[in-house]
Amino acid sequence: MASVYGNDFGARAETSSDEPQSFLDLLAGEGRVEPRDEMPDAYRRTLVRQIAQHAHSEIIGMQPEGNWISRAPSLRRKAILMAKVQDEAGHGLYLYAAAETLGVDRADLLDQLHDGRQKYSSIFNYPTLTWADVGAIGWLVDGAAIVNQVPLCRCSYGPYARAMVRVCKEESFHQRQGFEILHTLSHGTPAQRAMAQDAVDRYWWPSLMMFGPPDDDSPNSAQSMAWGIKRFSNDDLRQRFVDMTVPQAEALGLTLPDPEIRWNEERGHYDFGEVDFTELFEVIKGHGPCNAQRMSHRVRAHEDGAWAREAASAYAQKQAQKQAEKQLVRTEGAA
Amino acid sequence: MREWPLWEVFVRSRRGLSHVHVGSLHAPDAEMALRNARDLYTRRQEGVSLWVVPAAEIVASTPDQGAAFFDPADDKVYRHPTFYDVPEGVEHL
Repeated sequence: MASVYGNDFGARAETSSDEPQSFLDLLAGEGRVEPRDEMPDAYRRTLVRQIAQHAHSEIIGMQPEGNWISRAPSLRRKAILMAKVQDEAGHGLYLYAAAETLGVDRADLLDQLHDGRQKYSSIFNYPTLTWADVGAIGWLVDGAAIVNQVPLCRCSYGPYARAMVRVCKEESFHQRQGFEILHTLSHGTPAQRAMAQDAVDRYWWPSLMMFGPPDDDSPNSAQSMAWGIKRFSNDDLRQRFVDMTVPQAEALGLTLPDPEIRWNEERGHYDFGEVDFTELFEVIKGHGPCNAQRMSHRVRAHEDGAWAREAASAYAQKQAQKQAEKQLVRTEGAA
Repeated sequence: MREWPLWEVFVRSRRGLSHVHVGSLHAPDAEMALRNARDLYTRRQEGVSLWVVPAAEIVASTPDQGAAFFDPADDKVYRHPTFYDVPEGVEHL
């Protein structure tokens, strides 16, 4: 039903009783499955859904940040933000290409996004109210995405893993630029500092939700792990993110909006408060602050771009025709 | 877009190295495929040269013939230098 940046959950768990021996051997040897290898249908379907929803998340993710391109506070910030939003489009394309290796068509996947049959990460249904939100998205949302995506670089399906390697390389720029925005604001005027704190207050909990429901409520995880798609549980990844982020928040001089965060010597991890997953499921169901806006914008952008796609096709056709005529003249001349 | 062909993209990261497959994309013609490949796969100076090849033109071995297709090489260990015993003290061989 919903994918959180490469984390597949919510849909009915697919299992497969009919797994070809060659497939099982590959998994057992930590080998990679490649497009034309034999694979169980359920494995293929799960990957198509997960990769497509991951791709959709990348391109929908362009919207909250694109919202601030024309209002970026300096030319430097604007150039950086444009590069970042362009990267998100690129990530979407790497992932659509990876999904297509499984025998689906990108145009069909986009149709499924547009008519609501496939979802995208619920984090992008939150609004970007201030410039500081661009910083919070880079630092927290991209930070959480990195924690989710790094293990996917070792996913059992080769094309997905290779796409993730490219994505992860580019993602660290995204996280640093977000951190830099917040660092500048938190060391600025009291009003700028308050704006940074407000953005972190609003994005902290939704970022923790990006890892999906708790392990005991995550029916798909076991199958995904057995297939080598998923490497760590939702709760393990969430903990890793918290452990990474708490010291960074201290460096920013900002407070994470959770009074229960404290170092637990015994566990060697930070303790943190309980995530309100009812909010996550409400947003997934379509009741987030921006669900309708994101979808209508996406559909409109796609429809508004139709003339460009048609023009490119018409031009290609015309050139091919010209080429064919030239060829004909040459052949006749030779005869 | 639905009818645009698929192109496989190969990038030469620097002079002296071969072109390496990096991924694929859709484009209406070769010129657009090259431009799209530049924007998609070399945004960070990843390459000095690009190839785009229509995916439909690629002829590939199939995984199910894999083992049989490649097994002529299996029993020819003598193609590797480590197969040979070299008497002690012989150098530069």
